[in-house]
Amino acid sequence: MVEARPRVGGAAQAVLVAKKDLRIEARSRVAINQVVPFALLVLVLFGFALDADTAALRNFAPGLFWLAVLLAAVLAVHRSVSVESGDGVGDALLLAGLRPDAVFVGKTLALGGQLLALAVVLLGGIVVLYGASIEDAGLLVITLIAAVIGIASTGTVYGALLAGQQARETVLPMLLLPVLSPVLIAATRAWGDAMGTVATDGWAWLALLAGFAAIYSLVGAMSYGTLLEAAHV
Amino acid sequence: MTHLVYLIAGWGITFVACGVYAMSVMRRSRRVAARVPVDRRRWMTAKDADQLGES
Amino acid sequence: MSESPTSSKTSRLLGVAVALGAIALVLLAFIAVEPDVRINAETGQEIGQFDAVRLLFVHVPAALIAYLAFTVTTVGSAVVLWKRSVWWDVVAGASAEIGALCAALTLITGSIWGRPIWNTWWEWGDVRLLTTLVLFMLSLGYLAVRRLEGTATERARRSAIVGLLLFLNVVIVNRSVEWWASQTLHQKSTIADATIEGNTLFTLFFAMVVGVGAYVWMMIHRFRLAWLERMSDRFGTDDLLAARRAEADDHARIASAVGGTSPEGESS
Repeated sequence: MVEARPRVGGAAQAVLVAKKDLRIEARSRVAINQVVPFALLVLVLFGFALDADTAALRNFAPGLFWLAVLLAAVLAVHRSVSVESGDGVGDALLLAGLRPDAVFVGKTLALGGQLLALAVVLLGGIVVLYGASIEDAGLLVITLIAAVIGIASTGTVYGALLAGQQARETVLPMLLLPVLSPVLIAATRAWGDAMGTVATDGWAWLALLAGFAAIYSLVGAMSYGTLLEAAHV
Repeated sequence: MTHLVYLIAGWGITFVACGVYAMSVMRRSRRVAARVPVDRRRWMTAKDADQLGES
Repeated sequence: MSESPTSSKTSRLLGVAVALGAIALVLLAFIAVEPDVRINAETGQEIGQFDAVRLLFVHVPAALIAYLAFTVTTVGSAVVLWKRSVWWDVVAGASAEIGALCAALTLITGSIWGRPIWNTWWEWGDVRLLTTLVLFMLSLGYLAVRRLEGTATERARRSAIVGLLLFLNVVIVNRSVEWWASQTLHQKSTIADATIEGNTLFTLFFAMVVGVGAYVWMMIHRFRLAWLERMSDRFGTDDLLAARRAEADDHARIASAVGGTSPEGESS
């Protein structure tokens, strides 16, 4: 990596990248017009699949919610990667002297922000459609943040690896979904506790989620430069 | 012998799968080898390794 | 079979040894080993796995090789990133393919064994089962990444990163699934009550030896195939270029022979 002399610090660079991605999303409206409706559609389809059994839907609301988030996250990661893959934008970012770890943090923040917004909409969805009730709002919110950081950092890592690949649409879910299965397990259990559907210690599951998010954030920040080089086609 | 069907299935699938895989590897290698000069077919030598370390 | 371009004296010898070992294994497993029948001390009923115990002699080696193979892939990936080694890149890819096959066989034979013994094809409470399943899926992802486009170097580095993350992911999945199962399901004791001894123990050990031999034999062939593919990519292109140049030379010669100007002044 060429030694860059940035005029702005790492944190400011990350914010710049995040702002850039979010601005592109705000203008293209793909997240609002496609990803969010897709996730809501998944919630409705679960209702059909489970025969509109209100008790079952209420019981499985946390799991269905997180499954919908994961599926939508795959789409969101595609978006996050494709804004960079055209016209060599990724190279331009590094050539402009931005630190790779700052780019990683920025892209993770932007992706996480979108997922968070999506999750809030979906939370409304499961309250309305499945009759889910919130009993421990604190646990619910902190779990949501930890899980979103985990998903966003993992998504940014694997997204970068597949940047510029024709086969990304099929390979990304294959890589990402098994990797995220611990997030699905832990977030579902923690929300189960927060919504009173299962008797378990949600905070312990939250610790697992936080660990996952920490590991992947660290791995991503440390290896993002190598990832971008390796992905370069 | 009890569970005979299960035994045949378990052992059969294992041996057939390994056999089919081995055969497919050999078939593929025969096809690819036709495009590779004979002096390049054998084990990698140190010289080859140098030439291919293109990074 | 003996004419395969990937075989050599060593691989042929090993292949014969593995084939003989496999025959011996079948004989041992079906004749020497007694069925697992025990008497329940209280009720006097016959319990145990009966003849289904013979499935362990394919299931256990398959599991062993699967985990061995992915360990090799992880090590290879690390060496690729560290030393940019071509040899280890090819080894990592070959090993992952065999590992995926063995992981699939582990799941299938385990399922076939579980049906009569646990009375179910699939047991959500068993951590090893779930970990192996996720490992299998992760390995499919790894193999898909290996097939992506790019130069050999890019492919090697990209796969190496995924290969290293594979290990990290398996550890994370194993820990979280273990916790999940212990908190939510009644974990069944697997075969803890059955003591393995005598012929059964020896046959199991023998099966693992044959399994590792088969793995090495398969690795040799798969490695050489991958090597040939690299050579083919490299020299295939060179040959095509040489053919095009020769063609261009011919054109030039014909053109100058008929008194015209040679196209682009080719001379090579």
